[in-house]
Amino acid sequence: MFSFIAKRVVATIPVMGVVALFVFLMLRLSPGDPASVIAGDYATAEDIERIRAQLGLSEPIIIQFGNWIWQLMRADLGISIFSNLPVTTLIAQRLEPTVMLSLTTLSFSILVAVPLGVLAAWKAGTWIDRAVMIFAVVGFSLPVFVLGYVLIYEFSLALRWLPVQGYKSPFEGIFPFLHHIILPTVTLSVIFIALFARITRASVLEVLEEDYIRTARAKGQTERKVLLGHALRNAAVPIVTVIGLGIALLIGGVVVTESVFNIPGLGRLVFDAILKRDYPIIQGLILMFSFVYILVNLMIDIFYTVIDPRIRY
Amino acid sequence: MFQTTRRALLFAAALAVPAMVLVAPQPAAAEKVLRVIPHADLKNIDPIWTTAYITRNHGYMVYDTLFAMDKNLTPQPQMVDTYSISDDQLTWTFKLRDGLKWHDGAPVTAEDCVASLQRWGKRDGMGQALMNPDVTESLTAPDAKTIVLKLKQPYGLVLQSIGKISSNVPFMMPKRFAETDPFTQVTDMIGSGPFKFSKEEWVPGSKVVYVKNTDYVPRNEPPSFAAGGKVVKVDRVEWVYFPDQNTAMNALINGEVDYFEQPANDLAPILANSEGITVEVNDPVGNMGFARFNHLLPPFDNVKVRRAAMAAMKQDDYLLAAVGLPEYFSTCYSVFPCGTPLETSVESGIVENASIEQGKKLLADSGYDGTPVVIMQPTDIPALSAFSLVTAEKLRKIGMKVDMQAMDWSTLTSRRAKRDPVKDGGWNIFHTWWIGADVLDPMAIAYSGNPAKGWFGWPDDAELETARTAYPLAKDTAEQKALATKVQERLYKIGSHGNLGAFFVPVAYRNNVKGLIKSPVQFFWNIDVER
Repeated sequence: MFSFIAKRVVATIPVMGVVALFVFLMLRLSPGDPASVIAGDYATAEDIERIRAQLGLSEPIIIQFGNWIWQLMRADLGISIFSNLPVTTLIAQRLEPTVMLSLTTLSFSILVAVPLGVLAAWKAGTWIDRAVMIFAVVGFSLPVFVLGYVLIYEFSLALRWLPVQGYKSPFEGIFPFLHHIILPTVTLSVIFIALFARITRASVLEVLEEDYIRTARAKGQTERKVLLGHALRNAAVPIVTVIGLGIALLIGGVVVTESVFNIPGLGRLVFDAILKRDYPIIQGLILMFSFVYILVNLMIDIFYTVIDPRIRY
Repeated sequence: MFQTTRRALLFAAALAVPAMVLVAPQPAAAEKVLRVIPHADLKNIDPIWTTAYITRNHGYMVYDTLFAMDKNLTPQPQMVDTYSISDDQLTWTFKLRDGLKWHDGAPVTAEDCVASLQRWGKRDGMGQALMNPDVTESLTAPDAKTIVLKLKQPYGLVLQSIGKISSNVPFMMPKRFAETDPFTQVTDMIGSGPFKFSKEEWVPGSKVVYVKNTDYVPRNEPPSFAAGGKVVKVDRVEWVYFPDQNTAMNALINGEVDYFEQPANDLAPILANSEGITVEVNDPVGNMGFARFNHLLPPFDNVKVRRAAMAAMKQDDYLLAAVGLPEYFSTCYSVFPCGTPLETSVESGIVENASIEQGKKLLADSGYDGTPVVIMQPTDIPALSAFSLVTAEKLRKIGMKVDMQAMDWSTLTSRRAKRDPVKDGGWNIFHTWWIGADVLDPMAIAYSGNPAKGWFGWPDDAELETARTAYPLAKDTAEQKALATKVQERLYKIGSHGNLGAFFVPVAYRNNVKGLIKSPVQFFWNIDVER
């Protein structure tokens, strides 16, 4: 197991290298550049050229790439072109809201979706199953921003129970934190609940057809033990895989949710940076997202061995 | 035991939900906070390094100016106490007023101000004109409170330049910061303005915090545009940036913020109908819509084709498409904003009588050879996207071929600097707007007729440039007016750009906010919040 983890960690280095090259080239070869944004409406072409030189963007691309890689090797993601602040500082400022929103969304989604999926599989073909599947289809089809606005209208403007926007750290108090995070979490969770519930239903339904389930029932096991002890446990591998993929989807999903609920997270940071062509931020964040994605995959692979003892590396 | 614990947990959770609702976070009772939704995110904090309006507004919070423009568009002393002009109008002497202090407690000196003016003079258009060696002989600080500007020839825009209201505003900063290369951002925010910047609370893309500068000594005059007494009536001003206009609107309706600087025009009626909210136009000058032709490339290298396109650009159609609500726009056929001193109607008939028929007629006489027109359409800025669509439709209707190219604003700003042919990334038309305060007189770069140093589009007209160059040297306002009239005449005759009319962006605020200053720039002094 240790050698497997070591090999996987080492394998991330070339993957990150390819991601770095790809991101760098994609940004440099796409139209637009930060110098013209900085220069503003009053600038002449001369002004733009001077700013470009000042930012080091007049250097040949290979030199720019070399400089960036050299920075990365010293664990330095660079300085934001616009705010003049280190990219690591900007990421640190934004990390907590995104991590918290992701954690609450994942937790809430799993807590709701897995029981729903198991219930749908157990009651397959009944109105309960159909209701869960209709919810899954609707949840999957509903754009995040539409649901967000509807929830804001109902719970913030009409009932005045919850705030429209903003984020409070759990370190400032658990109640203010929950007060602000409920609506974004529910909004973002719906699509994941739909996804996880469908996968759980399909996996559990497949397992319920197995001989050992029939045997368990024949031996007089209660339905609860059959479902949770035998069916769900054996159906867990595809569910965990989809939850892992969900984390990757979450990275994209938070951009819209963070905008609708005005949460100062990483999604908005990367979105704003793209619009302004703030290269160091975009490069740093995409590298970080890639690293997180690789890490999540590794953790899922390791988790397989916990839920299914037959899997060995 | 397990059952009991689980039930207890469920019970606790059931209690927690209403508790969370009831225990909403409350601001510190002693502090008076003004919560503002600014029009943009403050991404950079050096108002000389960038012309971004949000950074200009930030500059007004932190820094002060020697002179400031009042509501009559007349510069008034701000940091300056008294000033004198020699009889030959070549020597200007400014005395700083008492009590001026930087935020670190050090006194403001004339040396600081000289260095600040010099840095500004390397970036700003009016600053470059004033600090040009042909105009300025020297700028010195003979003592701690005196600034002396010696000119080589009388220059009529000295006060208009150092008292200009919009970007780049000549803000005063300590000498050690003012000596920073003007193409490099300053690293710290020490000003002498009415607010202090709380750098440790700054989250780019989200939040900016200013605290009251208790050492600030305001002037005694009432506030008027940027001039007059800057009396701060709140302890903190928080700018909370909202990337989503709907969320911003909902936050204002729900009382989570106090002031919304630029709600989209289509949201204004909803806000106006919401309880406890006022929506009004706070900027009496407004913004001027602009369709810019590229004078270097066919077909707009032909003045007749440019004028044919101009002749089709009926302002109402543009304003209706981009702004929508008639109360927020008005036609304005002068290139200088309507209602300002240099407004004139000379040669404006081509815009005033704009129609498809007129455009068709002029195009038929122009020798247009069917060259497609590349219109850059910034889809991320709704008003400019709408301007682009209207232009495309009008040009097609008068018989031109149109190649509409969608892109984001960032790409457009990069591409518009290219003078290359269309096949190498060049362009024919883009749209923008100027805030009225930036195009009040012929010195605005938008009106340049010098292709070597002028603004994108690069018109080439010696008569226009002669009039512009003579403008700051004019002896009196009558001569200034005559030169401005000449500038407009040339701009229309050469088909410099399409004038798309004036529009106004409303502000929205809760009714407990009092004391807003009507101005093209939103200032946050004099504003009180009743809690």
